[in-house]
Amino acid sequence: MAIDREQLLHVAHLARLELREDEIERLGAQLNDILAAVSKVSELDLADVPPTSHPLDLVNVWAEDEPHVSLTADEALANAPQRDGDMFRVPPAGS
Amino acid sequence: MIDTLRLTAEGAKRLLDAKEISGPELFAAYLEAIGERDPELHCFLHVCDDPGGDGIPIAVKDVIGTKGIPTTAGSKILEGYVPVYDSTVVSRLKAHGLRILGKTNTDEFAMGSSTENSAYGPSHNPWDPSRVPGGSGGGSAAAVSAGLAPWALGSDTGGSIKQPSALCGNVGLRPTYGTVSRYGIVAFASSLDQVGPVARTVRDCAFLYSVIAGRDPCDSTTVELPQPVQLPEGESLAGLRIGVPKELNEAEGIEPGVREAVERAIELCRELGAEVGECRLPLSVEYGMPCYYLIAPAEASSNLARYDGVRYGYRTPDPADRLDMYKRTRDEGFGDEPKRRILVGTYALSAGYYDAFYGQAQKVRTVIKREHDAAFGDFDALVSATSPTVAFPLGARTADPIAMYLSDLLTIPSCMAGLPGLSIPCGLSEGLPVGLQLVGPQFGENVLFRIGHALEQALGFDMVPERLR
Repeated sequence: MAIDREQLLHVAHLARLELREDEIERLGAQLNDILAAVSKVSELDLADVPPTSHPLDLVNVWAEDEPHVSLTADEALANAPQRDGDMFRVPPAGS
Repeated sequence: MIDTLRLTAEGAKRLLDAKEISGPELFAAYLEAIGERDPELHCFLHVCDDPGGDGIPIAVKDVIGTKGIPTTAGSKILEGYVPVYDSTVVSRLKAHGLRILGKTNTDEFAMGSSTENSAYGPSHNPWDPSRVPGGSGGGSAAAVSAGLAPWALGSDTGGSIKQPSALCGNVGLRPTYGTVSRYGIVAFASSLDQVGPVARTVRDCAFLYSVIAGRDPCDSTTVELPQPVQLPEGESLAGLRIGVPKELNEAEGIEPGVREAVERAIELCRELGAEVGECRLPLSVEYGMPCYYLIAPAEASSNLARYDGVRYGYRTPDPADRLDMYKRTRDEGFGDEPKRRILVGTYALSAGYYDAFYGQAQKVRTVIKREHDAAFGDFDALVSATSPTVAFPLGARTADPIAMYLSDLLTIPSCMAGLPGLSIPCGLSEGLPVGLQLVGPQFGENVLFRIGHALEQALGFDMVPERLR
Protein backbone atom coordinates (compact mmCIF):
# COMPACT_ATOMS: atom_id res chain seq x y z
CA MET A 1 0.00 0.00 0.00
CA ALA A 2 1.40 3.35 -0.97
CA ILE A 3 -0.07 6.79 -1.12
CA ASP A 4 0.52 8.74 -4.30
CA ARG A 5 1.05 12.43 -4.88
CA GLU A 6 -2.65 13.14 -5.31
CA GLN A 7 -3.59 11.40 -2.04
CA LEU A 8 -0.76 13.14 -0.20
CA LEU A 9 -1.98 16.54 -1.40
CA HIS A 10 -5.53 15.62 -0.39
CA VAL A 11 -4.45 14.66 3.14
CA ALA A 12 -2.30 17.80 3.34
CA HIS A 13 -5.32 19.88 2.35
CA LEU A 14 -7.47 18.21 5.02
CA ALA A 15 -4.74 19.09 7.55
CA ARG A 16 -4.42 22.63 6.15
CA LEU A 17 -0.77 22.21 5.20
CA GLU A 18 0.59 23.89 2.07
CA LEU A 19 3.43 21.54 1.18
CA ARG A 20 6.30 22.89 -0.91
CA GLU A 21 7.56 20.85 -3.85
CA ASP A 22 10.63 19.55 -1.96
CA GLU A 23 8.43 18.56 0.98
CA ILE A 24 6.04 16.62 -1.24
CA GLU A 25 8.92 14.44 -2.35
CA ARG A 26 10.68 14.05 1.01
CA LEU A 27 7.67 13.75 3.31
CA GLY A 28 5.77 11.63 0.79
CA ALA A 29 8.51 8.99 0.74
CA GLN A 30 8.83 9.02 4.55
CA LEU A 31 5.06 8.84 4.95
CA ASN A 32 4.98 5.66 2.89
CA ASP A 33 7.74 4.12 5.03
CA ILE A 34 5.88 5.03 8.22
CA LEU A 35 2.54 3.71 6.95
CA ALA A 36 4.21 0.45 5.91
CA ALA A 37 5.64 0.08 9.45
CA VAL A 38 2.41 0.89 11.29
CA SER A 39 0.29 -1.30 9.00
CA LYS A 40 1.66 -4.18 11.05
CA VAL A 41 -1.32 -3.71 13.41
CA SER A 42 -3.56 -5.24 10.72
CA GLU A 43 -1.82 -8.63 11.10
CA LEU A 44 -3.81 -9.30 14.26
CA ASP A 45 -7.37 -10.61 14.20
CA LEU A 46 -9.05 -8.50 16.88
CA ALA A 47 -12.67 -8.66 15.79
CA ASP A 48 -13.81 -9.53 19.34
CA VAL A 49 -11.56 -7.09 21.21
CA PRO A 50 -13.06 -3.80 22.39
CA PRO A 51 -11.09 -0.61 21.67
CA THR A 52 -9.30 1.37 24.39
CA SER A 53 -9.51 5.12 23.92
CA HIS A 54 -8.24 6.02 27.37
CA PRO A 55 -6.26 4.19 30.08
CA LEU A 56 -8.47 5.21 33.03
CA ASP A 57 -11.99 3.93 33.61
CA LEU A 58 -13.52 7.33 34.28
CA VAL A 59 -17.17 7.82 33.38
CA ASN A 60 -19.15 11.06 33.49
CA VAL A 61 -16.86 13.39 35.40
CA TRP A 62 -19.10 16.25 36.46
CA ALA A 63 -18.28 19.68 37.83
CA GLU A 64 -20.52 22.17 39.61
CA ASP A 65 -21.56 25.02 37.33
CA GLU A 66 -19.96 27.77 39.37
CA PRO A 67 -19.00 31.14 37.90
CA HIS A 68 -15.38 32.11 38.40
CA VAL A 69 -13.00 34.81 37.25
CA SER A 70 -11.81 34.12 33.72
CA LEU A 71 -9.32 35.82 31.39
CA THR A 72 -10.03 39.44 30.52
CA ALA A 73 -10.39 40.39 26.86
CA ASP A 74 -6.93 41.97 26.96
CA GLU A 75 -5.40 38.80 28.37
CA ALA A 76 -7.16 36.63 25.81
CA LEU A 77 -5.94 38.88 23.02
CA ALA A 78 -2.41 39.37 24.40
CA ASN A 79 -0.83 36.93 21.93
CA ALA A 80 -3.01 37.78 18.92
CA PRO A 81 -1.06 38.09 15.66
CA GLN A 82 -3.47 40.87 14.70
CA ARG A 83 -6.06 42.57 16.88
CA ASP A 84 -8.98 44.85 16.07
CA GLY A 85 -10.54 46.25 19.24
CA ASP A 86 -11.68 43.27 21.28
CA MET A 87 -11.53 40.91 18.31
CA PHE A 88 -8.97 38.77 16.50
CA ARG A 89 -8.46 40.23 13.02
CA VAL A 90 -8.15 37.72 10.17
CA PRO A 91 -8.06 38.03 6.38
CA PRO A 92 -11.35 37.54 4.47
CA ALA A 93 -12.53 34.08 3.46
CA GLY A 94 -11.47 33.28 -0.11
CA SER A 95 -13.76 32.87 -3.06
CA MET B 1 31.06 27.31 47.44
CA ILE B 2 27.97 25.44 46.20
CA ASP B 3 28.84 22.39 44.05
CA THR B 4 25.77 22.17 41.81
CA LEU B 5 27.16 19.04 40.15
CA ARG B 6 26.68 17.06 43.35
CA LEU B 7 23.88 18.91 45.14
CA THR B 8 20.52 17.13 45.39
CA ALA B 9 17.28 18.99 46.04
CA GLU B 10 17.11 17.31 49.45
CA GLY B 11 20.69 18.44 50.16
CA ALA B 12 19.89 21.98 49.03
CA LYS B 13 16.92 22.08 51.39
CA ARG B 14 19.14 20.98 54.29
CA LEU B 15 21.64 23.77 53.53
CA LEU B 16 18.83 26.33 53.27
CA ASP B 17 17.15 25.15 56.48
CA ALA B 18 20.48 25.32 58.35
CA LYS B 19 21.03 28.81 56.91
CA GLU B 20 24.39 27.68 55.51
CA ILE B 21 23.36 29.20 52.19
CA SER B 22 20.72 31.77 51.28
CA GLY B 23 18.00 31.49 48.65
CA PRO B 24 19.61 34.11 46.38
CA GLU B 25 23.04 32.41 46.67
CA LEU B 26 21.54 29.08 45.66
CA PHE B 27 19.74 30.50 42.63
CA ALA B 28 22.86 32.43 41.61
CA ALA B 29 24.96 29.26 41.80
CA TYR B 30 22.71 27.60 39.21
CA LEU B 31 22.73 30.68 36.98
CA GLU B 32 26.51 30.60 37.14
CA ALA B 33 26.59 26.90 36.19
CA ILE B 34 24.21 27.65 33.31
CA GLY B 35 26.43 30.51 32.17
CA GLU B 36 29.45 28.24 32.28
CA ARG B 37 28.15 25.03 30.68
CA ASP B 38 24.96 25.82 28.77
CA PRO B 39 26.69 27.47 25.78
CA GLU B 40 28.08 23.98 25.04
CA LEU B 41 25.05 21.90 26.06
CA HIS B 42 22.12 24.13 25.02
CA CYS B 43 19.72 22.77 27.63
CA PHE B 44 17.79 26.03 28.08
CA LEU B 45 15.60 27.96 25.64
CA HIS B 46 14.95 30.65 28.24
CA VAL B 47 16.66 31.46 31.55
CA CYS B 48 14.75 33.34 34.27
CA ASP B 49 15.77 35.96 36.80
CA ASP B 50 15.52 34.96 40.43
CA PRO B 51 11.87 35.52 41.41
CA GLY B 52 13.01 35.79 45.06
CA GLY B 53 12.36 33.57 48.05
CA ASP B 54 14.17 30.64 49.60
CA GLY B 55 12.67 27.79 47.60
CA ILE B 56 14.67 25.28 45.62
CA PRO B 57 15.22 26.17 41.95
CA ILE B 58 13.72 23.97 39.23
CA ALA B 59 13.94 23.74 35.45
CA VAL B 60 10.75 23.24 33.44
CA LYS B 61 10.38 21.68 30.00
CA ASP B 62 9.24 24.19 27.43
CA VAL B 63 5.96 22.40 26.65
CA ILE B 64 4.77 23.37 30.14
CA GLY B 65 2.92 26.69 30.23
CA THR B 66 4.42 29.39 32.47
CA LYS B 67 2.66 32.71 32.99
CA GLY B 68 4.78 35.60 31.78
CA ILE B 69 7.62 33.30 30.65
CA PRO B 70 7.94 32.33 26.96
CA THR B 71 6.66 28.83 26.14
CA THR B 72 7.57 27.62 22.64
CA ALA B 73 7.35 23.79 22.81
CA GLY B 74 10.54 23.89 20.71
CA SER B 75 8.54 25.16 17.73
CA LYS B 76 8.83 28.25 15.53
CA ILE B 77 5.04 28.37 15.40
CA LEU B 78 5.03 29.37 19.09
CA GLU B 79 8.03 31.72 18.92
CA GLY B 80 7.31 34.73 21.14
CA TYR B 81 4.24 33.13 22.76
CA VAL B 82 3.95 34.17 26.41
CA PRO B 83 1.18 32.38 28.32
CA VAL B 84 -1.25 34.52 30.31
CA TYR B 85 -1.85 31.75 32.85
CA ASP B 86 0.16 29.06 34.64
CA SER B 87 -0.26 25.37 34.03
CA THR B 88 -1.54 23.58 37.15
CA VAL B 89 1.81 21.84 37.69
CA VAL B 90 3.60 25.20 37.69
CA SER B 91 1.02 26.64 40.11
CA ARG B 92 1.79 23.71 42.39
CA LEU B 93 5.55 24.27 42.13
CA LYS B 94 5.04 27.90 43.05
CA ALA B 95 2.70 27.01 45.93
CA HIS B 96 5.61 24.96 47.33
CA GLY B 97 7.90 27.95 46.93
CA LEU B 98 9.95 26.39 44.11
CA ARG B 99 11.62 28.94 41.82
CA ILE B 100 11.71 28.50 38.05
CA LEU B 101 15.24 28.64 36.65
CA GLY B 102 14.22 28.47 33.03
CA LYS B 103 12.57 26.55 30.22
CA THR B 104 14.35 23.53 28.80
CA ASN B 105 14.82 22.41 25.24
CA THR B 106 12.61 19.75 23.67
CA ASP B 107 11.92 18.16 20.33
CA GLU B 108 9.27 20.24 18.60
CA PHE B 109 5.93 19.56 20.36
CA ALA B 110 7.73 16.79 22.30
CA MET B 111 7.91 14.72 19.10
CA GLY B 112 11.25 12.98 19.00
CA SER B 113 13.88 10.99 20.86
CA SER B 114 16.97 13.22 20.63
CA THR B 115 15.99 16.96 20.80
CA GLU B 116 17.26 17.21 17.22
CA ASN B 117 13.71 18.11 16.15
CA SER B 118 13.83 21.32 18.21
CA ALA B 119 13.43 24.36 15.97
CA TYR B 120 16.06 26.05 18.17
CA GLY B 121 18.83 23.50 17.70
CA PRO B 122 19.64 20.31 19.63
CA SER B 123 20.81 19.89 23.22
CA HIS B 124 23.99 17.91 23.86
CA ASN B 125 24.71 15.04 26.23
CA PRO B 126 26.82 16.16 29.21
CA TRP B 127 28.71 12.83 29.17
CA ASP B 128 29.77 13.40 25.55
CA PRO B 129 28.59 16.55 23.76
CA SER B 130 28.94 14.87 20.34
CA ARG B 131 26.00 12.68 21.39
CA VAL B 132 22.29 13.34 21.93
CA PRO B 133 20.79 13.66 25.42
CA GLY B 134 17.71 11.69 24.31
CA GLY B 135 14.31 13.21 23.82
CA SER B 136 12.01 14.72 23.74
CA GLY B 137 12.92 15.99 27.21
CA GLY B 138 16.65 16.09 26.53
CA GLY B 139 17.01 19.64 27.83
CA SER B 140 15.61 18.78 31.27
CA ALA B 141 17.62 15.56 31.58
CA ALA B 142 20.91 17.10 30.41
CA ALA B 143 20.41 20.11 32.70
CA VAL B 144 19.98 17.88 35.77
CA SER B 145 23.00 15.72 34.92
CA ALA B 146 25.21 18.74 34.19
CA GLY B 147 24.34 20.45 37.50
CA LEU B 148 22.40 23.24 35.78
CA ALA B 149 19.31 22.43 37.88
CA PRO B 150 18.80 20.21 40.94
CA TRP B 151 15.67 18.76 39.37
CA ALA B 152 13.26 19.43 36.53
CA LEU B 153 9.85 18.70 35.08
CA GLY B 154 9.52 16.77 31.86
CA SER B 155 6.61 15.36 29.90
CA ASP B 156 6.26 11.86 28.53
CA THR B 157 4.05 10.53 25.73
CA GLY B 158 5.99 7.43 24.63
CA GLY B 159 9.23 7.74 26.60
CA SER B 160 10.18 11.43 26.65
CA ILE B 161 11.06 11.46 30.37
CA LYS B 162 12.45 7.95 30.83
CA GLN B 163 14.61 7.71 27.71
CA PRO B 164 16.50 11.03 28.21
CA SER B 165 17.02 10.17 31.90
CA ALA B 166 18.51 6.86 30.79
CA LEU B 167 20.81 8.50 28.22
CA CYS B 168 21.95 11.23 30.65
CA GLY B 169 22.26 8.98 33.72
CA ASN B 170 19.64 10.33 36.11
CA VAL B 171 16.25 9.44 37.57
CA GLY B 172 13.03 10.06 35.63
CA LEU B 173 9.45 9.09 36.39
CA ARG B 174 6.60 8.80 33.95
CA PRO B 175 3.63 8.77 36.37
CA THR B 176 0.44 6.73 36.06
CA TYR B 177 -1.78 8.38 33.46
CA GLY B 178 -4.25 10.66 35.23
CA THR B 179 -2.25 11.37 38.37
CA VAL B 180 -0.72 14.65 37.13
CA SER B 181 -2.71 17.49 35.58
CA ARG B 182 -2.26 18.32 31.90
CA TYR B 183 -3.95 21.73 32.25
CA GLY B 184 -1.76 24.36 30.63
CA ILE B 185 0.53 21.83 28.93
CA VAL B 186 1.06 22.12 25.16
CA ALA B 187 -0.92 19.04 24.07
CA PHE B 188 0.60 16.34 21.87
CA ALA B 189 -1.39 13.09 22.35
CA SER B 190 -3.94 13.62 25.09
CA SER B 191 -4.61 9.98 26.03
CA LEU B 192 -0.87 9.46 26.58
CA ASP B 193 0.73 12.76 27.70
CA GLN B 194 1.90 12.89 31.34
CA VAL B 195 4.07 15.41 33.15
CA GLY B 196 6.65 13.96 35.52
CA PRO B 197 9.82 14.63 37.52
CA VAL B 198 13.49 14.34 36.53
CA ALA B 199 15.92 14.26 39.47
CA ARG B 200 19.32 13.22 40.78
CA THR B 201 17.98 10.72 43.33
CA VAL B 202 14.89 8.52 43.64
CA ARG B 203 13.94 10.36 46.85
CA ASP B 204 14.02 13.75 45.10
CA CYS B 205 12.00 12.24 42.26
CA ALA B 206 9.40 10.89 44.70
CA PHE B 207 9.17 14.20 46.55
CA LEU B 208 8.70 16.21 43.35
CA TYR B 209 6.02 13.74 42.25
CA SER B 210 4.17 14.34 45.54
CA VAL B 211 4.22 18.09 44.78
CA ILE B 212 2.64 17.83 41.32
CA ALA B 213 0.31 14.81 41.68
CA GLY B 214 -3.40 14.82 42.48
CA ARG B 215 -6.77 15.67 41.05
CA ASP B 216 -7.19 19.00 39.27
CA PRO B 217 -10.70 20.34 38.55
CA CYS B 218 -9.25 21.92 35.37
CA ASP B 219 -8.33 18.48 33.95
CA SER B 220 -11.22 16.03 34.08
CA THR B 221 -8.89 13.09 33.33
CA THR B 222 -7.12 13.45 36.70
CA VAL B 223 -7.72 11.45 39.88
CA GLU B 224 -6.56 11.65 43.50
CA LEU B 225 -3.72 9.30 44.42
CA PRO B 226 -5.22 6.24 46.17
CA GLN B 227 -2.36 6.39 48.71
CA PRO B 228 0.06 9.21 49.57
CA VAL B 229 3.59 9.23 48.16
CA GLN B 230 6.05 7.49 50.47
CA LEU B 231 9.63 8.74 50.41
CA PRO B 232 11.69 5.54 50.11
CA GLU B 233 14.14 4.67 52.89
CA GLY B 234 14.91 0.97 53.14
CA GLU B 235 17.53 -1.03 51.28
CA SER B 236 15.80 -4.40 51.28
CA LEU B 237 13.58 -5.78 48.55
CA ALA B 238 12.36 -8.70 50.65
CA GLY B 239 8.77 -9.66 49.91
CA LEU B 240 8.74 -8.09 46.41
CA ARG B 241 8.22 -10.05 43.22
CA ILE B 242 10.02 -8.61 40.20
CA GLY B 243 9.17 -9.82 36.70
CA VAL B 244 11.61 -9.89 33.82
CA PRO B 245 9.56 -9.63 30.61
CA LYS B 246 11.31 -11.90 28.13
CA GLU B 247 10.43 -9.87 25.04
CA LEU B 248 11.51 -6.53 26.54
CA ASN B 249 14.83 -8.01 27.59
CA GLU B 250 15.54 -9.97 24.43
CA ALA B 251 14.34 -7.36 21.92
CA GLU B 252 16.41 -6.94 18.78
CA GLY B 253 18.83 -4.04 18.91
CA ILE B 254 19.68 -4.08 22.63
CA GLU B 255 23.41 -3.35 22.84
CA PRO B 256 25.53 -5.99 24.65
CA GLY B 257 26.82 -3.42 27.17
CA VAL B 258 23.27 -2.35 27.98
CA ARG B 259 22.18 -5.96 28.39
CA GLU B 260 25.08 -6.72 30.77
CA ALA B 261 24.39 -3.69 33.00
CA VAL B 262 20.69 -4.59 33.18
CA GLU B 263 21.45 -8.25 33.97
CA ARG B 264 23.73 -7.16 36.83
CA ALA B 265 20.97 -4.95 38.23
CA ILE B 266 18.47 -7.82 38.01
CA GLU B 267 20.93 -10.07 39.88
CA LEU B 268 21.24 -7.32 42.49
CA CYS B 269 17.44 -7.31 42.96
CA ARG B 270 17.74 -10.97 43.86
CA GLU B 271 20.61 -10.32 46.29
CA LEU B 272 18.56 -7.58 47.97
CA GLY B 273 15.84 -10.11 48.71
CA ALA B 274 13.39 -9.83 45.81
CA GLU B 275 11.86 -12.85 44.17
CA VAL B 276 12.75 -12.59 40.47
CA GLY B 277 11.03 -14.49 37.68
CA GLU B 278 10.43 -14.39 33.95
CA CYS B 279 7.18 -13.16 32.41
CA ARG B 280 5.83 -12.52 28.91
CA LEU B 281 4.59 -9.47 26.99
CA PRO B 282 4.77 -10.84 23.45
CA LEU B 283 2.21 -8.73 21.61
CA SER B 284 2.94 -5.55 23.62
CA VAL B 285 6.52 -5.43 22.42
CA GLU B 286 5.90 -6.59 18.86
CA TYR B 287 2.90 -4.32 18.22
CA GLY B 288 3.56 -1.49 20.68
CA MET B 289 5.57 0.66 18.28
CA PRO B 290 3.10 0.51 15.34
CA CYS B 291 0.18 1.01 17.76
CA TYR B 292 1.83 4.08 19.27
CA TYR B 293 2.74 5.58 15.90
CA LEU B 294 -0.91 5.45 14.88
CA ILE B 295 -2.59 6.63 18.07
CA ALA B 296 -0.12 9.40 18.97
CA PRO B 297 -0.10 10.99 15.47
CA ALA B 298 -3.90 10.69 15.23
CA GLU B 299 -4.32 12.61 18.49
CA ALA B 300 -1.55 15.03 17.49
CA SER B 301 -3.21 15.83 14.17
CA SER B 302 -6.27 16.89 16.12
CA ASN B 303 -4.41 18.76 18.89
CA LEU B 304 -2.20 20.66 16.46
CA ALA B 305 -5.19 21.92 14.48
CA ARG B 306 -5.28 24.87 16.91
CA TYR B 307 -2.12 26.38 15.38
CA ASP B 308 -3.88 28.33 12.67
CA GLY B 309 -2.39 31.82 12.95
CA VAL B 310 -5.59 33.30 14.39
CA ARG B 311 -5.28 33.59 18.18
CA TYR B 312 -1.61 33.23 19.09
CA GLY B 313 1.70 32.13 17.66
CA TYR B 314 3.09 32.64 14.18
CA ARG B 315 1.06 33.99 11.25
CA THR B 316 2.38 34.03 7.69
CA PRO B 317 2.90 37.57 6.34
CA ASP B 318 0.39 38.97 3.83
CA PRO B 319 -1.94 35.99 3.33
CA ALA B 320 -4.23 36.22 0.29
CA ASP B 321 -7.24 34.89 2.20
CA ARG B 322 -8.07 32.80 5.25
CA LEU B 323 -7.37 29.38 3.76
CA ASP B 324 -4.04 30.67 2.45
CA MET B 325 -3.27 31.97 5.95
CA TYR B 326 -3.99 28.60 7.59
CA LYS B 327 -1.99 26.59 5.09
CA ARG B 328 1.07 28.80 4.81
CA THR B 329 1.17 29.58 8.54
CA ARG B 330 1.26 25.85 9.28
CA ASP B 331 3.75 25.00 6.52
CA GLU B 332 6.13 27.77 7.58
CA GLY B 333 5.60 27.33 11.34
CA PHE B 334 5.90 23.53 11.76
CA GLY B 335 9.07 21.52 11.25
CA ASP B 336 9.26 18.15 9.49
CA GLU B 337 8.37 15.90 12.44
CA PRO B 338 5.07 17.58 13.37
CA LYS B 339 4.19 17.64 9.67
CA ARG B 340 4.92 13.92 9.32
CA ARG B 341 2.75 13.14 12.34
CA ILE B 342 -0.07 15.45 11.26
CA LEU B 343 -0.11 13.76 7.86
CA VAL B 344 0.02 10.21 9.28
CA GLY B 345 -2.64 11.07 11.84
CA THR B 346 -4.96 12.78 9.38
CA TYR B 347 -4.61 9.83 7.02
CA ALA B 348 -5.25 7.27 9.80
CA LEU B 349 -8.40 9.11 10.86
CA SER B 350 -9.76 9.76 7.38
CA ALA B 351 -12.84 8.08 5.92
CA GLY B 352 -12.07 4.63 4.59
CA TYR B 353 -8.91 4.15 6.68
CA TYR B 354 -10.21 4.79 10.19
CA ASP B 355 -11.17 1.18 11.00
CA ALA B 356 -8.03 -0.35 9.52
CA PHE B 357 -5.65 2.06 11.25
CA TYR B 358 -6.94 4.06 14.21
CA GLY B 359 -9.72 1.65 15.22
CA GLN B 360 -7.39 -1.36 14.96
CA ALA B 361 -4.67 0.45 16.96
CA GLN B 362 -7.16 1.11 19.76
CA LYS B 363 -7.89 -2.62 19.89
CA VAL B 364 -4.18 -3.38 20.02
CA ARG B 365 -4.05 -0.99 22.95
CA THR B 366 -6.58 -3.19 24.77
CA VAL B 367 -4.38 -6.23 24.09
CA ILE B 368 -1.33 -4.41 25.50
CA LYS B 369 -3.25 -3.41 28.59
CA ARG B 370 -4.47 -6.98 29.15
CA GLU B 371 -0.98 -8.44 28.81
CA HIS B 372 0.33 -6.02 31.42
CA ASP B 373 -2.63 -6.72 33.75
CA ALA B 374 -1.80 -10.44 33.54
CA ALA B 375 1.89 -9.81 34.33
CA PHE B 376 0.94 -7.76 37.39
CA GLY B 377 -1.13 -10.69 38.65
CA ASP B 378 2.20 -12.40 39.36
CA PHE B 379 4.62 -9.51 39.91
CA ASP B 380 4.87 -6.17 41.75
CA ALA B 381 7.10 -4.56 39.12
CA LEU B 382 8.65 -5.34 35.75
CA VAL B 383 12.26 -4.65 34.85
CA SER B 384 14.17 -4.10 31.60
CA ALA B 385 16.50 -1.63 29.93
CA THR B 386 14.95 1.79 29.35
CA SER B 387 16.65 2.38 26.00
CA PRO B 388 18.07 -0.36 23.78
CA THR B 389 21.22 1.72 23.29
CA VAL B 390 23.33 4.28 25.11
CA ALA B 391 23.34 7.87 23.83
CA PHE B 392 23.86 7.90 20.06
CA PRO B 393 25.83 10.48 18.03
CA LEU B 394 24.04 13.61 16.86
CA GLY B 395 22.79 13.09 13.32
CA ALA B 396 22.89 9.27 13.48
CA ARG B 397 19.11 8.79 13.17
CA THR B 398 17.81 12.07 11.75
CA ALA B 399 17.51 10.90 8.14
CA ASP B 400 15.45 7.83 9.02
CA PRO B 401 12.27 8.48 11.05
CA ILE B 402 11.71 4.76 11.69
CA ALA B 403 15.20 4.31 13.21
CA MET B 404 14.46 7.25 15.51
CA TYR B 405 11.06 5.80 16.44
CA LEU B 406 12.74 2.53 17.53
CA SER B 407 14.59 4.47 20.28
CA ASP B 408 11.36 4.16 22.26
CA LEU B 409 10.75 0.46 21.61
CA LEU B 410 11.06 -0.50 25.30
CA THR B 411 9.27 2.50 26.85
CA ILE B 412 6.22 2.57 24.57
CA PRO B 413 4.30 -0.57 25.70
CA SER B 414 3.75 0.53 29.31
CA CYS B 415 2.87 4.07 28.14
CA MET B 416 0.10 2.62 25.96
CA ALA B 417 -1.25 0.84 29.06
CA GLY B 418 -1.14 4.07 31.12
CA LEU B 419 1.31 2.56 33.63
CA PRO B 420 4.01 4.29 35.66
CA GLY B 421 7.66 3.79 34.78
CA LEU B 422 10.83 4.83 36.57
CA SER B 423 14.25 4.98 34.94
CA ILE B 424 17.35 4.88 37.13
CA PRO B 425 21.00 4.68 36.06
CA CYS B 426 22.42 1.15 36.51
CA GLY B 427 25.93 1.42 35.12
CA LEU B 428 28.04 2.46 32.17
CA SER B 429 28.56 0.95 28.75
CA GLU B 430 31.38 2.38 26.65
CA GLY B 431 31.64 5.19 29.21
CA LEU B 432 27.98 6.21 28.79
CA PRO B 433 25.06 5.71 31.21
CA VAL B 434 22.67 2.77 30.95
CA GLY B 435 19.09 3.23 32.22
CA LEU B 436 17.10 0.56 34.04
CA GLN B 437 13.34 0.74 33.51
CA LEU B 438 11.02 -0.29 36.35
CA VAL B 439 7.34 -0.49 35.38
CA GLY B 440 4.60 -0.76 37.98
CA PRO B 441 0.87 -1.41 38.01
CA GLN B 442 -1.54 1.53 37.87
CA PHE B 443 -0.80 3.86 40.86
CA GLY B 444 2.21 1.67 41.73
CA GLU B 445 4.67 4.57 42.06
CA ASN B 446 5.54 3.80 45.70
CA VAL B 447 6.78 0.32 44.88
CA LEU B 448 8.88 1.75 42.03
CA PHE B 449 10.39 4.31 44.40
CA ARG B 450 11.16 1.55 46.92
CA ILE B 451 12.90 -0.67 44.36
CA GLY B 452 14.63 2.28 42.69
CA HIS B 453 15.96 3.63 45.98
CA ALA B 454 17.25 0.24 47.17
CA LEU B 455 19.04 -0.35 43.86
CA GLU B 456 20.40 3.20 43.85
CA GLN B 457 21.98 2.65 47.29
CA ALA B 458 23.39 -0.74 46.30
CA LEU B 459 24.69 0.40 42.88
CA GLY B 460 26.35 3.62 44.07
CA PHE B 461 26.29 5.05 40.53
CA ASP B 462 28.21 8.34 40.27
CA MET B 463 25.82 10.62 38.44
CA VAL B 464 28.37 13.33 37.63
CA PRO B 465 29.54 12.91 34.02
CA GLU B 466 33.18 11.78 34.03
CA ARG B 467 34.36 14.74 31.96
CA LEU B 468 32.91 17.20 34.50
CA ARG B 469 34.33 15.57 37.66
